[in-house]
Amino acid sequence: MTEAVSKAGRWIDLANPTRFINFAGIVLPWLVGITLLVLAAGLWMSFQAPDDYQQGSTVKIMFIHVPFAWLSMMCYTVMSISAIGTLVWRHPLADVSAKAAAPIGAAFTALALITGSLWGKPMWGTWWVWDARLTSVFVLFLMYLGIIALTRAMDDAAKSSKATAILTLVGFINIPIIKFSVDWWNTLHQPASVIRMGGPTIHPSLLWPLLVMAVGFTLLFFTLHIMAMRNEIWRRRVVAMRRIAARSAERRGV
Amino acid sequence: MTHTAFVLASYGVSIAVLVALVGWILIDQRTQRLALQELETRGVRRRSEARTDNAS
Repeated sequence: MTEAVSKAGRWIDLANPTRFINFAGIVLPWLVGITLLVLAAGLWMSFQAPDDYQQGSTVKIMFIHVPFAWLSMMCYTVMSISAIGTLVWRHPLADVSAKAAAPIGAAFTALALITGSLWGKPMWGTWWVWDARLTSVFVLFLMYLGIIALTRAMDDAAKSSKATAILTLVGFINIPIIKFSVDWWNTLHQPASVIRMGGPTIHPSLLWPLLVMAVGFTLLFFTLHIMAMRNEIWRRRVVAMRRIAARSAERRGV
Repeated sequence: MTHTAFVLASYGVSIAVLVALVGWILIDQRTQRLALQELETRGVRRRSEARTDNAS
């Protein structure tokens, strides 16, 4: 019991912006190192992996396309949890987390769409189809752009945080739609082959590079997210300090 | 039939986008650090820091 309380206490301590900056300073060098190592191992495994008997060498696109697609949804989930933090606990760090994650999520979603398109042309014979999976991911990309615009639309971060949190939570409905679109509708995009009932259907020689790359890109996401959160905290401090400086200059003027 | 061009294009675009993203975050980091340093050298303190200064 006491241990649980002290554990919760530790997490609340971390939610203090100053403590978060100290935590980021300690964790980031390690995280950068581990991310680079795992991504290097993943890339090496990807290029060592055999060609697929049907897809040929384009299976190598899957080693980046699938992690990007997973991360596009994970990033939105992180933002939705942050949105709950903003609405329920009104914690400023939750808004910082959501704002910092949005551009990273948009980049991963754009990459999932681009690499998917580059795989689709040789394998399907088309760059794009408006099937349920592709369209719902495109909607996710547009939602990221909307959230990025909204978080930067107002000078005062406190004003946009609530609206952003509500929009993010409303948009979360798209995440299960993306995940199950391939089961609910007749799509050109294939159904799940890794995270599915009955285990993955991919041969281990192709599954392992994919999983290592997925871990590497997930680490990259968290590294960039912590860096972007720290930047956002600093940006808010700069704004607050400039206001204080302006006010005291005004008082001196009087 | 070879699909090497599609594979290379995928990895190329991904590297370009990720380098741009990391670069943008690093530039932002530098901008905010310099702005904070400049304010601190001007003697501007945050309210919480000012309070601690008064208390001690």
